[in-house]
Amino acid sequence: MSDRKFRPSDRQRGTSRPVSTLIVGLLVALVGGACAGAGGGGGSAGATTITLAAVDNPSMADLKKLVGDFQSSHSNIQVNIVTLPEDQLRQQVTQDVAANSGRYDLFTIGTYEVPLWAKKGWIENLSPYIAKDSSYAPDDLIPGIKGALSYNGNLYAVPFYGESSMLMYRKDMLSAAGVTMPDHPTWDQVAAAAKAVNTSSVSGICLRGLPGWGEQLAPLDTVVNTFGGRWFDQNWNAQLNTPQWHDAVTFYVNLLKNAGEPGAGNAGFTECLNAYNSGKVAMWYDATVAASFFTGDAAKNSGYAFAPTKVKDWSGWLWAWSLGMPSSSKKKDAAWTFADWATSKDYAKLVGTKLGWSRVSPGTRTSTYSIPEYQQAAGAFAQVTLDSISHADVTHPTVDPVPYIGVQYVDIDEFQQLGDQVSQEFAKVIAGGQTVDQALAKAQTLATAVGKVYQH
Amino acid sequence: MSSVAGSGGARIQSAASLARRDAWLRRLPLLPAFVYVIVVTQIPFALTIWYSFHSWNLLKPGSFRFSGLDNYARLLTDESIRTAVFNTVLLTISVIAISVVLGLAVASLLNSEVFGKGLMRTLMIAPFLIMPTAGALIWKDTLLNPLFGLLPNLLTPFGLGRVDWVNRYPMATVVAVEVWRWTPFMMLIILAGLQSQNPEVLEAARVDGANAFQAFRRITLPLVRPFIELGALLGSLFVVQTFDSIFMLTYGGPGEDTTNIPFLLYLVAFQGFNIGQASAIGVVAVVLTTIIATVALRTLFSIFQVEARR
Amino acid sequence: MRAGVIAGGRFPTSRVLWSVVGWLVVLVFFFPVLWMWLEALKTEPQAASSPPTIFFVPTLEEFQQVMSGDFPPFFINSAIASIGSTFMVLVLGLPAAYALAVRPVKRTRDVLFFFISTRFLPFAASLVPLYLLARDLQLLDNIFALAAIYTTINLPLGVWLLRSFLLEIPPELFEAARVDGASFATEIWRIVVPLIAPGIAATSLICLIFSWNEFFYAVNFTSSVAATAPIFLVGFISGRGLFYAKLAAAATLASLPVLLAGWIAQKQLIRGLTMGAVK
Repeated sequence: MSDRKFRPSDRQRGTSRPVSTLIVGLLVALVGGACAGAGGGGGSAGATTITLAAVDNPSMADLKKLVGDFQSSHSNIQVNIVTLPEDQLRQQVTQDVAANSGRYDLFTIGTYEVPLWAKKGWIENLSPYIAKDSSYAPDDLIPGIKGALSYNGNLYAVPFYGESSMLMYRKDMLSAAGVTMPDHPTWDQVAAAAKAVNTSSVSGICLRGLPGWGEQLAPLDTVVNTFGGRWFDQNWNAQLNTPQWHDAVTFYVNLLKNAGEPGAGNAGFTECLNAYNSGKVAMWYDATVAASFFTGDAAKNSGYAFAPTKVKDWSGWLWAWSLGMPSSSKKKDAAWTFADWATSKDYAKLVGTKLGWSRVSPGTRTSTYSIPEYQQAAGAFAQVTLDSISHADVTHPTVDPVPYIGVQYVDIDEFQQLGDQVSQEFAKVIAGGQTVDQALAKAQTLATAVGKVYQH
Repeated sequence: MSSVAGSGGARIQSAASLARRDAWLRRLPLLPAFVYVIVVTQIPFALTIWYSFHSWNLLKPGSFRFSGLDNYARLLTDESIRTAVFNTVLLTISVIAISVVLGLAVASLLNSEVFGKGLMRTLMIAPFLIMPTAGALIWKDTLLNPLFGLLPNLLTPFGLGRVDWVNRYPMATVVAVEVWRWTPFMMLIILAGLQSQNPEVLEAARVDGANAFQAFRRITLPLVRPFIELGALLGSLFVVQTFDSIFMLTYGGPGEDTTNIPFLLYLVAFQGFNIGQASAIGVVAVVLTTIIATVALRTLFSIFQVEARR
Repeated sequence: MRAGVIAGGRFPTSRVLWSVVGWLVVLVFFFPVLWMWLEALKTEPQAASSPPTIFFVPTLEEFQQVMSGDFPPFFINSAIASIGSTFMVLVLGLPAAYALAVRPVKRTRDVLFFFISTRFLPFAASLVPLYLLARDLQLLDNIFALAAIYTTINLPLGVWLLRSFLLEIPPELFEAARVDGASFATEIWRIVVPLIAPGIAATSLICLIFSWNEFFYAVNFTSSVAATAPIFLVGFISGRGLFYAKLAAAATLASLPVLLAGWIAQKQLIRGLTMGAVK
């Protein structure tokens, strides 16, 4: 029985046969290549691979550049660094640690996560590891930062860089408009200065508007603090319906509207950094670490003032991006070796020599500030940074006492969602979609629900 | 297959067992796919239903406890889900309607005697092929960015140089980007429909004195209608699930202006880590979409004849 | 000569007019893609300049920076996930489509509806259980687990498409084969596969497109080893200085495979999209 009968005629196969063949051929080639590639990516024998989830900011980008140095002196440890934008990183890392997934061996967390997660046993106590390394010098760490990363007296994360907040401004642009900036300005003075320098091509000031408790809410919260507001009173009653909150948020929104950068709603740290470096804004209130990344005219002509105040002095925030180790990691020793290297005195010198002295991680070690080259490159902002950090008190961030710790956040589990939701409402105000009072009313409802959880 | 022989009773019995065997043989090829889908979609969904009856926050270890219909009750009072449903409907209808109209227009152009049709079509399908994440980022950061973007630069002479499109008009921006992506999709489907027309019918109509627009309305449009419906239904399937663009462009905001159901689920599950609540939302979403899908798919099945072949 | 709907062949001026209109529309749609390519070839200051830089000397500097990092693994992972899941869709879907088209089971409509309904499940609804299951099975950050998920996502559409292509085969061929006593295997290999090879190609293309571009599951199920192209792209929203040219370069690279595949196989794409309704 011949099979010829069953073969369809060639006409029925259609004229797209060559294309089909091409596609099939491509598929085969790709699969072949993929198998070859995947097989070869195993890494050297005996090497431990650790995965670091890092926030995507300039300091981490520098770390990525210098990983090669680590790997050449530690050939048995391979480091994979995964960078993600801040919001995504937080979400991924929290998810990983809450579900105990063990995807990461190290991650960048901040002063917000450390106390919360240390209490739950999600991150590893690093004191034993530090004790084993005689050259680590934990007492060299700046006290305020060290305290914020500790729980029950033990360090649970090592600081990669520490920061407070300050006002940065272009001396040339301000003096051209006849404005001088005192060292400890008030917000009213800053608003006046911003309006004076504001033109159609250069905005007076850049302030974060990008929704997120770690983005827009950070500077805004310090404004609330210095206007006399607080999130909760001692009985965990939400306080967002108070005049202080109203005045603070109105002030922030109006300042953005009158003299702020266009696209404020999308402006986070990165966008403002770019704007400031390109000379599109004359002032910028943000993290002290920003000054390490100024270029060109911005680097040459910048002046630095302490975080502006109103009713309360010393309104700068406190934050440290630090390296923490999940308790579920199976490669703790290797992870510690890397964390040790990245936060050591030697790393500071490495950054200085290879990438430039102004880029050395600020706000972690007192010894950094004695390095002559660093003083020369960063002298303009180094002292402001140090003083701001030392005066930031996470236990007393506001005029009135509060039942929580945190300057620009509230250190409770629910704050990630609460802060994000509230900052979204404020973003809508900035975009012109609702009034301050409407936003505060919604925020008050959200915060009250959270406060109830703690009212017992 | 042995021939049936023997007494009448035996014949009937073996006929019945043959029929059963035939039925199972027919089912056999279907089983791998069927089982696979059940395992990977239904089991997780069953778990989702299970979680929805519990209160469980991943951030609070040991908080897993039975809570009955609490999560569902909260949905009734929660404004967020109403907003999300509204946004989902608004987004889907806007995107589908606009991209169908645009797709029809472009397909008509491509079906006529214009120069360089092939190249036109090639360029036109690019937005559909570009990675949604990439497209959204290019739109947000290089085209619409108020400080560095192209559009504000071009609009400065008209005094619109400082408009922050993404934040002032978030839903419109998301709709615009999705229309940009899905118009080529609609265009291709409708073009196929247009090209399946019989040109002689159109010639006859013209000979009878109909002008171009009458011919279009009376002859072309009814013929193309099944294709438009196919495109709309298939497109809705995807647009309802829009996530990437919203994530990249507006992150659901400002406020909750662009939070649709998938995005709300993501926020509740992965920002609030409130697994119980997210599961309840998921169940409700599935029920809603199943109802709508039933209606939609019955329509779709009537468009192209679903014939069982022997 | 095909009769045009709007422009007739008899009036060249209207032909020119409609060509201009058509080209304008097409260029508006294509412009963002073109802009992406242009930005990728500029330097960072050029990419972010105002007024925008129109004339510039193209440079591959930003491409080099983008590719200087560790980018091949991302693309290899995407390839494995896309091709692997597409292959599985074919392996599982062809027999299923056969069972729903050629020798159909009872209640074909219901089975089809069931398949399609799984596609309506919002991703996020099943993400948490899947995530926790994957965690327990140690399948997080595993590219084959991701491929398995993509298979699930694409299988319904694949079955539906393949079924419609199978329906095109004239029943007479099957009749003839059965009369001649052909075995099941012969039926498949000699008749079905050659006839629907274009249909298989079309289905594969669509599955490849959707898998390659998938972001949500990729970002939640992978971290470093199995990270795919969309995650590579997102890593370029850099915290460090201007990044628009690099972002454009990364976007170009990430989109390139699917763009090329779609362009080369346009006819297959159309077939797939119109489910074989167009011959």
